[in-house]
Amino acid sequence: MGSEVNAAMLTARVKLARTRAGFLPFVLDVSLQVPTGITILFGPSGAGKSTVLDCIAGLVRPDSGRIGVGEKVLFDSESSLNVPPQARRIAYVFQTLALFPHMTAEENVAFGLDELPREERSARVEEILKAFRVEKLRGRKPAEISGGERQRIALARSLVTQPRVLLLDEPLTGLDAHLKAEIVDDLRAWNAAQRIPILYVTHSREEVNALGERMIAVDEGRVLSEGTPMEVLDAPRHKSLAQAAGFENLLSGTVTDLREADGVMRVRLGESSCEMEVPLGYAAAGDRVRVAIRAGDILLATSRPQGLSARNVLEGRIVAMETRGTLIRARVDCGVEFIVHLTPGAARTLELAAGVRVWLVLKTHSCHFVEE
Amino acid sequence: MDALLLSLRLALCVSAILLAGGLPLAYWLAYSNWRGKFLLEAVLALPLVLPPTVLGFYVLLAMGPRGPLGKLWQSFFGHGLAFTFEGLVLASVLYSLPFAVQPLIASFESVDRKLLDASAVLGAGRIKTFWRVILPLSMPGVVTALVLSFAHTMGEFGVVLMVGGNLAGVTRTVSIDIYDHVQSLEYADANRMALVLLAISFSVLSVVYAVNRHVSRQISRRLWTPWAAK
Repeated sequence: MGSEVNAAMLTARVKLARTRAGFLPFVLDVSLQVPTGITILFGPSGAGKSTVLDCIAGLVRPDSGRIGVGEKVLFDSESSLNVPPQARRIAYVFQTLALFPHMTAEENVAFGLDELPREERSARVEEILKAFRVEKLRGRKPAEISGGERQRIALARSLVTQPRVLLLDEPLTGLDAHLKAEIVDDLRAWNAAQRIPILYVTHSREEVNALGERMIAVDEGRVLSEGTPMEVLDAPRHKSLAQAAGFENLLSGTVTDLREADGVMRVRLGESSCEMEVPLGYAAAGDRVRVAIRAGDILLATSRPQGLSARNVLEGRIVAMETRGTLIRARVDCGVEFIVHLTPGAARTLELAAGVRVWLVLKTHSCHFVEE
Repeated sequence: MDALLLSLRLALCVSAILLAGGLPLAYWLAYSNWRGKFLLEAVLALPLVLPPTVLGFYVLLAMGPRGPLGKLWQSFFGHGLAFTFEGLVLASVLYSLPFAVQPLIASFESVDRKLLDASAVLGAGRIKTFWRVILPLSMPGVVTALVLSFAHTMGEFGVVLMVGGNLAGVTRTVSIDIYDHVQSLEYADANRMALVLLAISFSVLSVVYAVNRHVSRQISRRLWTPWAAK
């Protein structure tokens, strides 16, 4: 079983430098290992996610590197091997889906099966249309098919060719959570039998949580971290990743004291006298660092709390409060400004308003040490 | 009536040749990344701006008994090219080339590139992608190219006069015939032929613009750009 999984693994080492007049030079330098199952490629827009997929599919030629699936080498700059996209058997679903507008759903799905005898072709088309629950739409053109169902047809069209790898570039953007979950379930069910590596690009946290398993975070053309979504997103090691992962508070500060025995260090925030305890990171006293904190991980109290295990209690004053849907976003000045999320009920009970004196309570492990 | 039939025959031949040759040429011009492409594009647009007499003059020289084309033709077929129907076809093909190629380029370029990528990752080579994706989505451009080259050939005068001369049944097309009638003060005959030509041109252009307003606009933009730049 183990060797089987390895045999199908997608490995890609890609270097690509692009300089274009009027654009910042972009350098992509990543190395990925994608086992069977869904792996999320996560990062902000412009991080180079789609370019990585284009290289793997053969639509863009990297300057150097090596791309392979199992034993099969698809690109190798050293031996000048570059298998053209049509011979790679790598399926790719674009964000725009790129369904052929002049063909019916069925013709779209059958497009990649021209070499098969007619009977086998229609059997395969039939099977995949059923697996993705779109067999009723076979005679319709893409323009007559609703969102969600179009995604299903694009998936069916790609997967009916029995590819070695499936690349998905934000294919579910614009669908509501319920539809997304249904489609992902069908994709999982299909892949439970096929067991191919699926590389799924997204910049949406929601999708990351729904897809689970493994993720690789990239930004500015580099891999920042990889692991389970929990490991990667809940302890972001990089500023842009922290922003993308939804850390509302990104504070810069100076390390004042390292307490190795306790596994913590103290950081003075900005130019203020406000100090915090954060988990120990690779830093020395005097280093400039950044601390990322989720607005929802901060507690608010209207009197100085006592008898808490939380190590950080900061005094401050509410600057402003605004309602955002079902949550309230409070800006609190503690010498540096924090953003805190509250429920409307909590804000009512505590009679919170601009000008009110409050204490912020932060657990040490809610404070994440982030590299620039 | 000989003149009208001859013009129709000429226009049909030229449109067919232009379609067959224009498809690969336009494909290359639409998708090639060659740096010197603009030179070929300029050459292609030349018939739009040159007086037909200039084009006709050089084509006549090339097709003459001492010209390279004339010699080649002579060695293959045993007779010259100038003042023959074949010569007329060749000159007309050159003269109407931009009217066939520009609409094709415009419609090829308007095909979403992502569809071509999708075709490739689904295993299709260039040829399959062309026949199954690019060409079906470019049909308005193909119709426009056919109709424009047909209409333009029907109406040409200068090049025909230079290259074909005025041989009844061989090279005397409608437009030459009208000129002859006017020269001989046969205004009624001239008027009859002119009306026929006007009617044909008008109906043919109506077809083009009805086929696809959107594509037509792009094509006219492409067609008139060389002039606007001048």
